[in-house]
Amino acid sequence: MSLRSALTLRRGGHRLHWTDVASYAYLALGVVLMFGPVLWLGLSSFKTQAALLEFPPSLLPTSQKQVSVPGFDTPLPLFSVTMDDGSTRVLAQVRRVGLQAQMVDPADPGKTIRVALDKRTPLRETAFAFSNYTEPLRQFDFLLYLKNSLFVTIVATLITLLINSMAAYALSIYQFPGRNVAMVGIISTLMIPITIILVPVYLVITWFGLVNSLWAVILPGAATPTGVFLLRQYMLTLPRDLIEAARMDKASEWQIYARIVLPLTLPALAVLAIFSVMWRWNEFLWPLAVLSKSQSYTLQIGLNAFQGELQTQWNYLLAMTVVTMLPITLVFVFLQRFIVAGIANTGVK
Amino acid sequence: MSWRRALAIASICCTTVFAVPALAESTVHIAWYSDGNEGEVLLDLLKRFQASNADIKVVVDQMPFKAISETLPVQVASGQGPDIARVTDLGGLARYALDLRPYLKDPAYWETNFGPFLEWMRVDGDTRSIPGFMTQLTVTGPFVNKTLFEQAGIAMPGPKATWDDWAKATKAVADKVGAPFPIAFDRSGHRVFGPVISQGGKVFDAKGEPAVTDDGFKAMAQKLYDWHKSGVMGKELWGSVSGATYRGANDEFKNGQVVLYMSGSWQIAQFDKTIGDAFDWVAVPNPCGPGGCSGMPGGAGLVAIKSTKEPKAVARVMEYLASEDVLREFYGRSLFVPGHLGLSAKGVDYPTASPLAKEALGVYSKGVTSVEPLAYRLQGYPHSRIMFNVVISRLGQAISGEIPLDQAYKRIDDDISQQIAERKK
Amino acid sequence: MRQSDAARRTTRPDPWAAAVRLLDLPMRAVQRLIGERRMPYVFLLPNVVFFALFVFVPLGISFWFSFTGGSALFPSQRPYVGLQQYGYLFDCGSVLDPSSCREDHFWRGVHNTAFFVVVQVTLMVLFSLVTALVLNRPIRGRAFFRAVYFFPVLLSPVVVALIWKWILQRDGLLNAAITTLGGQKIIFFIDPSWAMFWAIFVSIWAHMGFYTLILLAGLQAIPGDLYEAAEMDGTRPLRALLRITLPLLWPNMIVVIVLALIRGVQTFDEVFVLTGGGPGTATLMIVQYIYETAFANQSQNFGLASAASIVLGVVLFVLTLAQLAFNRKRDAT
Repeated sequence: MSLRSALTLRRGGHRLHWTDVASYAYLALGVVLMFGPVLWLGLSSFKTQAALLEFPPSLLPTSQKQVSVPGFDTPLPLFSVTMDDGSTRVLAQVRRVGLQAQMVDPADPGKTIRVALDKRTPLRETAFAFSNYTEPLRQFDFLLYLKNSLFVTIVATLITLLINSMAAYALSIYQFPGRNVAMVGIISTLMIPITIILVPVYLVITWFGLVNSLWAVILPGAATPTGVFLLRQYMLTLPRDLIEAARMDKASEWQIYARIVLPLTLPALAVLAIFSVMWRWNEFLWPLAVLSKSQSYTLQIGLNAFQGELQTQWNYLLAMTVVTMLPITLVFVFLQRFIVAGIANTGVK
Repeated sequence: MSWRRALAIASICCTTVFAVPALAESTVHIAWYSDGNEGEVLLDLLKRFQASNADIKVVVDQMPFKAISETLPVQVASGQGPDIARVTDLGGLARYALDLRPYLKDPAYWETNFGPFLEWMRVDGDTRSIPGFMTQLTVTGPFVNKTLFEQAGIAMPGPKATWDDWAKATKAVADKVGAPFPIAFDRSGHRVFGPVISQGGKVFDAKGEPAVTDDGFKAMAQKLYDWHKSGVMGKELWGSVSGATYRGANDEFKNGQVVLYMSGSWQIAQFDKTIGDAFDWVAVPNPCGPGGCSGMPGGAGLVAIKSTKEPKAVARVMEYLASEDVLREFYGRSLFVPGHLGLSAKGVDYPTASPLAKEALGVYSKGVTSVEPLAYRLQGYPHSRIMFNVVISRLGQAISGEIPLDQAYKRIDDDISQQIAERKK
Repeated sequence: MRQSDAARRTTRPDPWAAAVRLLDLPMRAVQRLIGERRMPYVFLLPNVVFFALFVFVPLGISFWFSFTGGSALFPSQRPYVGLQQYGYLFDCGSVLDPSSCREDHFWRGVHNTAFFVVVQVTLMVLFSLVTALVLNRPIRGRAFFRAVYFFPVLLSPVVVALIWKWILQRDGLLNAAITTLGGQKIIFFIDPSWAMFWAIFVSIWAHMGFYTLILLAGLQAIPGDLYEAAEMDGTRPLRALLRITLPLLWPNMIVVIVLALIRGVQTFDEVFVLTGGGPGTATLMIVQYIYETAFANQSQNFGLASAASIVLGVVLFVLTLAQLAFNRKRDAT
């Protein structure tokens, strides 16, 4: 076992070393730990409100089996019952009175059998409660929220890419008085979470009359220090002679930026685009503050509307969480190679 | 200036232009949150309103309660709020409420039917304005899992029982049937004050200023503290989150893990829907003490907002929603205790409720009569929310073992006076 | 350059070229007017305008708020109270004992945040490093595993907290597993240590993938010959790790540490949704204190909240400067 293969990529197949086994064990654990919780959320989101309260929770969503019995208007729930003589029978429950259940045999509905509550266990079958999804989506204007979310995400990302790359261009290609001040100014804003200046930003938005407009969500986060920093670090590595040559050719500064620097910065731009999409899609607190009219709700706000003062309807909450998570997950599944490689290549230079 | 930016600015101008309604109709926005099905019922009722009032467009903006309690006050203060909002902090928002009186056809109807609740929506010293009505009157009180009592073979304490009686009985039941929570209280300061008043707490001093930690309060706080120590109450609810964060035990109760659950009338619809046939649950009258057998009144009000540009249209919408027939249907379908005196006298029919739910609604409607005047006064006090929040925040810290109880008392008094002073600046 | 040629060929669709040409005229005019040397200011302008409007002006308002009292929203309506709000924050017997402070929750937030950040950043770096080292080995399905670790980074903090809250609750999946194995149910969120443990665990779970990628990029940039040379000298793997890998990875480590530090101090929604800051105030973070003082407790105490924001801002600014100084020193050596 060579050093190079212990600490780096090894080429060629060798016998399994214990470190290989340990590595795969670690990675397998990682898969369970990283994907398991999300999978569990997905499965739970198909459970009925009652099934969510069960302990121990069943792996697959289940519901109680029901049977239509002649003489009863609604289907009756089925139980497995231990009889006095020790045998078990499958009976349908008509009603419960105190600690007794009145049950009937579906095959012989004429005769009522009284059973103590602790002698019966419900019969279950796997059943997906799709209504967790269809109910809220029917109730809310899902397509409108989706459209708003897409608009915010796309427009905000485009603005971010443009203005951040312009600033990064200025800060990386030129030497000019005030450059360091600008750098420190931009980096220091990296530190300010919007949560702590929520009220003042809200006031600024009010002065512009943008409350309840999607622009109120888009504009405040458009200039990102992370973006400027990331793009600048990348642009610093670009060959200067290209730019000098262009200047010789009488290209304007704008042309140098748009025609030479930007295309070369594409990998870093892609990474910033991914982050911006992620931030914008997931944004919750700020849109909640500025959007109070349903015609401008984004998905994150609209789909949280069933969280009341006194009760949270978990079945809907879980299902809608999956709905908001799904688009970004799909994007990731299809683009993951590109995304992961992009970040690895440009994250730090 | 880049073309994208120019485009962006152009679009901003356009959106603002188009945001002004082009038609000669008025639009009324209602900010609404739901705990159960009341949002659907409202939409149904408004559909009928729209059919005969084509000139007003009513838009219901459903939002999470978090938005109502945290960001709506900022929006309303900045003049950017909705035209009508369903809120619970009536006193806190009173200064932004619109007086509907000049626009109403029949203000006397409002006074007769909503009289005592109107006071909750008014600022200090105002005795005339009509800002809105109650979408729901709530009363706090305990629910009991009767089936657990039956399983344990223990008799339920009677109507005039004290908290100590209930603590003893529920502990015995829980031990016998293996339920983890003999008693559970919602994690909310509001829930504490009913029992506090029943223990003889006076809440205010002679000058009318808050003076919370008197002997009555301490008697109840000590009980709660001891119950957490002895396992009558579980730390999970009060001890597990910080500040004034609300935490209910409704899920635990529905799951048959709680013997007595101190909550309130708003739980009924939900219990009816989810507990179904699993066990018998009943509402029982509030336990008694030297100060009475009081619950706390409360609820959510639908309030018109001052910054509206369409007060006349707002008044018409409010008038429709507050009319007796509409409200009867609204309360009836959402299983709410009516906040309309005429309807509470006549009784509301709950067509969709099961016998258990009907009985519980009856207990609560009757419970309204044993609510002490002091409880109404506290609920109507403009800074009551501050008091509730401080109390639960500090008691929570004491119960989780972070600070001793005496320090919690001192902090409660300090915090309340400091926060109210800050607000009055 | 291969990459850029391809980029130039494929990524200049007509609208973009047209827009560039369209904007070239005014930009050229500007350039003629102010001269080439001043052009960087033009490029900086849009970004600076945005920063000014949405960060610096709000910070200024916050600064003013911190010297005012009351609950009015508009700055002009708020009465000036001087340093009173700061006085309240620092009204302490000893800052090491929050109970001796007037604003005890603020100081509990400070203590909790400090503890959280130190432990979280340490463990984050450790786990990211181990994961990056494992992923840098010759394993099958590397792209898949890399993606697996990165996936949680995509989720919003609220979703992350919700997922784990759902698993960790009394009747949740983890307790089901514990009881199946014969243990007793643990109610995690009533125990301060468990609550803090899960707060840290969940935030590492959510962000680890990002830092792992940064470190992985660094590892892949280390030339393999170095290891071959070391092997010739008979260096043992552990020694090679300490003597070759870690020193060469140091720049990436700095980035990871700094970013994790900043994010750690800003932690709010994740922990807030997960633990609610409890039990008691055991996981109350400083940003949560600020948020609750301004909004959640209905007190709308914007003055005090702003004073706390300014204090936090100053601390963060000092951290940034320290980082810049550190970077400069590193670049110099």
